[in-house]
Amino acid sequence: MSFLEAMLLALMLTLPFAIYRLVRGPSLPDRVVGLDLITSVAVALAALYALLSGQTAFLDVAIALALFAFLATLGLARYIEHRAHGGD
Amino acid sequence: MLLWLVYILVLGGVFFLFIAAIGVARMPDLYNRMHATSKAGTLGVGLILLAVAVFYQELSVAARALSALAFIILTAPVAAHALGRAAYLAGVKPCEETYMDELAGHYRANHRLESVEKKSPESHP
Repeated sequence: MSFLEAMLLALMLTLPFAIYRLVRGPSLPDRVVGLDLITSVAVALAALYALLSGQTAFLDVAIALALFAFLATLGLARYIEHRAHGGD
Repeated sequence: MLLWLVYILVLGGVFFLFIAAIGVARMPDLYNRMHATSKAGTLGVGLILLAVAVFYQELSVAARALSALAFIILTAPVAAHALGRAAYLAGVKPCEETYMDELAGHYRANHRLESVEKKSPESHP
């Protein structure tokens, strides 16, 4: 196992912590934080795989995922605030 | 020689992402957890993207990696602020050990800061 493969494996080991927070909660913003960390790790995994495989196209995957994560977090934050306001 | 720099950057990135993951699982309340993910998580992803830019040493790859890095550095604070504000307004409580909540009593029911409204009373009739 090369060094980069070991790093890929170590990066995957961070996912259970984030999934624990996603499942456990207790509030909706806590779950959003867990989801945010999962997408951060996914961006890092895509970038690391671009190193490992020599396919630089995975960098585009990382960019698209980062964009998606930002929009998802903003949308969920808007939804949480809207819901707290009373839904008007 | 440069490969060692790549390895150190990747190791640092994975280390900081691991810190963020442990923080998100073990911190006592939402605001502490957001502290862990938005700072350590951003630094971890940023170091790994920097490693990609150093490893390939091509303009097209470096431009893509650095633009992704810039995008993440610019958007992570915005997303964290939006989420923290939404959680505060939704009534998520800080942990028991918190001894100072400077926003307490400053937000009205309409989600406007009282101090902002006092400065410009005509802008929010």
